[in-house]
Amino acid sequence: MKEIEELDLPGDIYYTKDHEWARKEGETVKIGISDYAQDQMGDIVFVELPETGSVFMKGEEFGTLESVKAVSEVYAPLSGEVIAVNSELENSPELLNEEPYSNWIIEMRPSDENQYDELLNRDDYLEMIRG
Amino acid sequence: MIQGPGTSGLILNEPLLWEKGKKGRSAFSMVEQDVPEAELAAGLAGGAPFFPDLGELDVVRHYTRLSQWNFGIDSGLYPLGSCTMKYNPKINEKMAATPGISSAHPMLEESLCQGVLQLLFELQDFLASITGMDAVSLQPAAGAQGEMTAMLMFAACFKKRGERRDKILIPDTAHGTNPASAALCGFSSVPLMSGADGVLSAASVAEKMDESTAGIMLTNPNTLGLFEENIRAITDIVHQKGGLVYGDGANMNAVMGMVDFKRCGVDAMHLNLHKTFSTPHGGGGPGAGPVCVVAELEPFLPVPRAVKKGQGYGLSFGSTDSIGRVHAFFGNFSVLVRAYSYIMSMGPANLKKASQLAVLNAVYVRERLRDTLALAYEKPSMHECVFSDKKQHKWKVTTLDMAKRLIDHGFHPPTIYFPLVVPGAIMIEPTETECKDDLDQFVVVFKDIVREAESDGERLRQAPTRTKVRRLDETRAARKPCLTG
Amino acid sequence: MRYLPHTAEEISDMLAVTGHKRLADLFAHIPETCRYQGEIDLPAPLSEWALTRRLQGLGQDMGTAAARAVLVGAGSYFHHIPEIVKSLIGRSEFLTAYTPYQPEMAQGTLQGIFEYQTLTARLLGMDVANASMYDGASALAEALLMALRLSKKKKVALSSAIHPHYREVVRTYLAPGPYEIVELGFGADGRTDLSALTEIEALAAVAIQSPNFFGVIEDLPACGAAIHAREALFLTAFSEPFAYGILRTPGSCGADIVCGEGQSFGMAPSYGGAGLGMFACRKDHVRSMPGRVVGETLDIEGKRGFVLTLSTREQHIRREKATSNICSNQGICAMTAAAYMASLGSTGLQKVAKLNFDKAAYLKRGLQEAGAGLLFAGPTFNEFCVRFPNDFRPVRDSLLARGIVAGIEIERFYPELPGAWLFCVTEAVSRDIMDELLDEVRR
Repeated sequence: MKEIEELDLPGDIYYTKDHEWARKEGETVKIGISDYAQDQMGDIVFVELPETGSVFMKGEEFGTLESVKAVSEVYAPLSGEVIAVNSELENSPELLNEEPYSNWIIEMRPSDENQYDELLNRDDYLEMIRG
Repeated sequence: MIQGPGTSGLILNEPLLWEKGKKGRSAFSMVEQDVPEAELAAGLAGGAPFFPDLGELDVVRHYTRLSQWNFGIDSGLYPLGSCTMKYNPKINEKMAATPGISSAHPMLEESLCQGVLQLLFELQDFLASITGMDAVSLQPAAGAQGEMTAMLMFAACFKKRGERRDKILIPDTAHGTNPASAALCGFSSVPLMSGADGVLSAASVAEKMDESTAGIMLTNPNTLGLFEENIRAITDIVHQKGGLVYGDGANMNAVMGMVDFKRCGVDAMHLNLHKTFSTPHGGGGPGAGPVCVVAELEPFLPVPRAVKKGQGYGLSFGSTDSIGRVHAFFGNFSVLVRAYSYIMSMGPANLKKASQLAVLNAVYVRERLRDTLALAYEKPSMHECVFSDKKQHKWKVTTLDMAKRLIDHGFHPPTIYFPLVVPGAIMIEPTETECKDDLDQFVVVFKDIVREAESDGERLRQAPTRTKVRRLDETRAARKPCLTG
Repeated sequence: MRYLPHTAEEISDMLAVTGHKRLADLFAHIPETCRYQGEIDLPAPLSEWALTRRLQGLGQDMGTAAARAVLVGAGSYFHHIPEIVKSLIGRSEFLTAYTPYQPEMAQGTLQGIFEYQTLTARLLGMDVANASMYDGASALAEALLMALRLSKKKKVALSSAIHPHYREVVRTYLAPGPYEIVELGFGADGRTDLSALTEIEALAAVAIQSPNFFGVIEDLPACGAAIHAREALFLTAFSEPFAYGILRTPGSCGADIVCGEGQSFGMAPSYGGAGLGMFACRKDHVRSMPGRVVGETLDIEGKRGFVLTLSTREQHIRREKATSNICSNQGICAMTAAAYMASLGSTGLQKVAKLNFDKAAYLKRGLQEAGAGLLFAGPTFNEFCVRFPNDFRPVRDSLLARGIVAGIEIERFYPELPGAWLFCVTEAVSRDIMDELLDEVRR
């Protein structure tokens, strides 16, 4: 497993305490899991995606990731509607291990832009991981 | 290398069944066609199944070679914690195959089945005596089904009482099957943390137990190998709130003749006949998970059960309160015959002695390894002991590496990474059928492996090297599942 | 006691290491209020030979101990078991191993189960099979729970021609959930009557057994079409897998989940257990399937090997959200079934299955000629129902006295079918026995 110093944590995205990231792209937001999350899980073998059009509240579980011996839920960083899912992950779940930031899981249209303010920036997130 | 039982024997290759054979061969002694052929209506017939055709020696070599890639209790020490891998007596296999008993047909009338009904009746009685409980159903086919049966009975009991209880308390040291069994029966689990000493405190139960909670699922001795000493106080709290207590009897091998579960306040419990009562695990089954209950819950037991009827034996289909059947017939009957034979061979004094020696063996190994590995809890332990790899972290050697290295030395590794409350857990349960010499050899080898961890960690990380296959890629298996050939 | 190897000297040496005086001291921390009072009330121990005599005695107390033939199936079947199956699968490396948690030292079990999964899937015409369930009845209950999970609906329909005990187990398993079970009747041909389906809304699944409890082979392609038209999953069950040695596979008839009892493949009836629940489904549903599965993979040197896989569906990881609470399978029984299927092979299974069919047809026709009437007109495999012009019980008693167990009465399960008898004829019943039976009926 990686030492904290070895983690790749870009500064231009938001993070959550459950280790998702959110990247604002105009009116929509792409959501994935952090380098720390993929490293903790180990080899991801299966990704369960939501259906396009489903609506989640902030903090609600929208899918699951499976490694060989663990199941992790992924939670919506913001409230909103799912407008796209990265179906490439269904056949190649390893993409989340290889490139956790270019491989997003879902794209949402947030219903409340103010919720961005409640997310963590890189430094807050790093501090949280350091405990 | 220290002298363990492991050596590098000749391992023979063997393909999959359908990678050998020739169309038209057969290993079956064909039965005479002594009746005229009949016509199967058109539209019903399918082609022959797509099976390989093999000769008798093809089949014989296939399974003989496969068996040589396996390790069983008969091969050597198998100290798998929480699994009670004791010796499976040979005579029990023969008893299960007794003519008249193995040919008993489950749909025939009672008058034709007196022998097997008597056996079931007596075994019910034996298990009630051993646990201290009042009534027994032998139907559940495994521990998990026994648990589910008990949870179904709890649900039925509350329904009859007109109470709505939809939660159940489950300690963090419970088997994974506990929450899953409870969920099937409509209970959501409320996790309880065990204390720093590895056992549950009465206060933590009192805090969570209320009138909407069905009760508690308690494994005693628990999966850390510790006796839940507060069990009387805990069961009192649960009963005061109108709840019921389920006891997971997976670890009964520690306490036969020593603990009375009814006196502990348990209302229903299951036993694993494939653990405590010596029936073979068969590479994953069949097992048997009889459920023992107090009189109050007897009406809810699965039916039918064997009863005494006049001079003979019969079946009772119970009351309308029964949860019904959990098995098409009488459970894994051939497993029950083996357990019956075991109890008959042992008798009361030897069963008690078996528990005492099971505890002695585990405590002995614990004392001999306590300076080598980090002991998880200092409390007196029972039939198994739990260590961790904490002391080996600095060498970047894990529990998995040590376990895999044990394989090269000819031992089956202990249970690893369970219970979850101990990170990097190594859980050792030698059982009473292992003699001191074999335990000493295991201890010496384990100590040697730990020394090796310091000097040559890579050797452990590469282990095992002497087996048919080396470490397997589980990620590949799960990402692109190939479940048939 | 020969299973307890400790000598008195060893015990005292070991107690010296653990720091105890007596064995009882190891239990000193157990509270008085929990302790067992007195000695366990059990019979005194028996020697190996006394035990053997006792079990032989129980065996002789069986009314069927001297039976020459038992013409009863109804979920448990007498088939010939090749000696190689017993002796190979009885090898203690298979028998005394645990669940293959350390795959490097359990490749025998793992490859054996992978082969079982493959042969089972091929037998049933399905994509995948699991490593087995407890029995046919619980496999059906688990299949229905799987269908309820997949469809997110709450209602299932069961054919009332499914084995009555299987239906009882289904009711037990589904009782605590918010589910509704509808039973479908049967027609004059003994096949399930699906006409009620059009009136039932929001069905998750419909389960049909074929051959059913009456021995009648259902029209599975028609069932599949009718059930799929209602957007429900099509579940098929069986208690006699031998039928699929000659019949169309459930998979080819559109079944989504197939489950049943596998005891016929190499296991003695043994009062109904241990057998195994066979369970197969389509590839798309594999992650919702209950039970263990073995998958193929490679080791670090690139050699083929096998591991337990997809375990995130299971109770030890997903806990209360697991696809089932099932933990073990019927390991050695699945190995037995695989060895049995391998011993027969494609050619052998088809031949023996045909022989079952031929022999049952012989008795069926013989009984008709002797005056009995067929209860149902539908086609059958190795079981069938008849009704006799006169009370059959005295005839059955006199056959019993001669070591022939002739059928069972099914009125206790179907009060609407008084006087109906269910017979089963496998390859293990010779023509002589059947002729003797027919003579007695004609007398």
